[in-house]
Amino acid sequence: MKAKAIQLLNYSGFSWAVPIVKLASGEDIKQQFTILWKRIGMPFCAIVLFLFLWSVAAKNVQTSLGVLPGPVMVYHQANVLWQEHMGERTKAREFYARQDARNTAILQQNPDATIKTVSYPGKATYIDQIITSLKTVFMGFVIASLIALPIGILCGSSKNVMTALNPIIQVLKPVSPLAWLPIVTMVISAVYTTNNGWFEKSFIISALTVSLCSLWPTLLNTAMGVASVNTDYINVARVLQLSPFKKTTKVVLPATLPLIFTGLRISLGVGWMVLIAAEMLAQNPGLGKFVWDEFQNGSSDSLARIMVAVITIGLIGFMLDQLMVALQRLVSFE
Amino acid sequence: MIATKSRSDLKQNREKNLREMEEMSLREVSLDIKNLTKIYPTPKGEYVVLEDLNLRVREGEFISIIGHSGCGKTTLLTMIAGLNEITGGQILLNEFPITGPGPDRGVIFQSPSLFPWMTALENVLLGVRQVFPGGSKKEQQDICKYYLSKVGLEDSFFKKASDLSQGMQQRVGIARAFALKPKILLLDEPFGMLDSLTRGELQDVLLDVWNREKITAVQITHDVDEAIFLADRVIMMTSGPKAQVGDILKIEFDRPRDRKQILEHVDYYKYREYLIDFLEH
Repeated sequence: MKAKAIQLLNYSGFSWAVPIVKLASGEDIKQQFTILWKRIGMPFCAIVLFLFLWSVAAKNVQTSLGVLPGPVMVYHQANVLWQEHMGERTKAREFYARQDARNTAILQQNPDATIKTVSYPGKATYIDQIITSLKTVFMGFVIASLIALPIGILCGSSKNVMTALNPIIQVLKPVSPLAWLPIVTMVISAVYTTNNGWFEKSFIISALTVSLCSLWPTLLNTAMGVASVNTDYINVARVLQLSPFKKTTKVVLPATLPLIFTGLRISLGVGWMVLIAAEMLAQNPGLGKFVWDEFQNGSSDSLARIMVAVITIGLIGFMLDQLMVALQRLVSFE
Repeated sequence: MIATKSRSDLKQNREKNLREMEEMSLREVSLDIKNLTKIYPTPKGEYVVLEDLNLRVREGEFISIIGHSGCGKTTLLTMIAGLNEITGGQILLNEFPITGPGPDRGVIFQSPSLFPWMTALENVLLGVRQVFPGGSKKEQQDICKYYLSKVGLEDSFFKKASDLSQGMQQRVGIARAFALKPKILLLDEPFGMLDSLTRGELQDVLLDVWNREKITAVQITHDVDEAIFLADRVIMMTSGPKAQVGDILKIEFDRPRDRKQILEHVDYYKYREYLIDFLEH
């Protein structure tokens, strides 16, 4: 039970909490406290020091929107944003309750009457923006993986393909999302005219921009992994005369999985970073747009709200990375 | 057991043994290597590893090939396995020329070469499925389980290969090769990476399974004791470049062999001395 809990913590990226479990189970207190101090205490001190320096320094910076907000103001704005979100949710609930009551009343009077249901017209809250951002990055990440994995496998299995594609890959790899965005915007505007309501145009534009920037690490890592599969494994596959498909699925891919996941992990990180920039310019509802809107808004709270967004972006990026680390540990066979 | 032999006896046998190989009737020959040549291109020109190498192995015979490292033993074996291209000459297996790798030749590699993400059973099953595609799932599994039990792994069917020790991994490697029901077994220094205790254990395991199946086997080794203990004939290769078969030693111990009896046998030391003498000159 204890061993399982520790293993779970290690796998999920919470290895710093292991000493707490060990303490709870009554292991040597002094030793565990030393570890705990090193794992939690030191980072905690660093954070406190950072917050202190921030608040001191911020007081001395005057901007056109007032003094640069310190940690206290940012914390306050985070609360405000949360309250706004809860407020909107309550309003939405009340709105739907009223609508339902009205509709049932109409139906009682006349069962054949046509009733209409309207979705709540309130504005997107901060939490909604976060959810949209996550959806967009996920979509972009999936598209990137679907493109990068097959091409990566192809590049890895044939030296000729790799030599042929390498210059293109190397040139496209360092291109900034800001350069892709206008092109993607124009192409999507020209191509995606159906407007069937599945996806917003801005959503697709941001997602595709994310894909274009984040597919390279997965592609290159997959290619490298496939090309460097242990020759013994390949020999076994040859002796057993596995079909090319079986060879790929049973031998090459499992052997490459750890490297592929390293690539996916970097891709997701890049994608998340790119997304904010893409959202800012594409006006896709999301954290990027939130930052941009607050910047344009220019109220005295704006800077604090943007800082809340900065911290949120960082925390989510960190969590996404931890998620990929956990997945990587699950598929690693060593 | 045979009557004891003197060293000069063994020496005189050299010509006889080489001639006997040429005179072997084709019907009893399983592996027939004719004028085999292997040339590696290098920046400094061609490097001739093997030149006009001739070797015949009887059906059901176990031979060990010894020679200095770099003499081309492994090149020879990988060519029989079909993993390495033949520059000149021919290798016939049951009268059919070898053109590429195939499961009719069970290879036991120097490193166990198991897929670490599969269980022991799955590793064996992968090959069995290829060789007996018509069998039911249960039949295929039963074959794997039979051979895994024979190498002493009846408790480890479902263990991940990466969780097994080196010795246990090589046991799976042995089971995998036998389970293919190959025409010939090719062993490339299969125990070279193991400690001497485990090596001895695995030699016993190998002989135990082999005694039941009597599959023609060609083993590469640089361990003189291993060569004597396992083989019917020990093939001594000359040092490269242009390596050939230098000498052949018949090991006339009865089978099944018992390690203790063999170690106590007078001939054992004569064989040993003869082989070491060849390697040192």
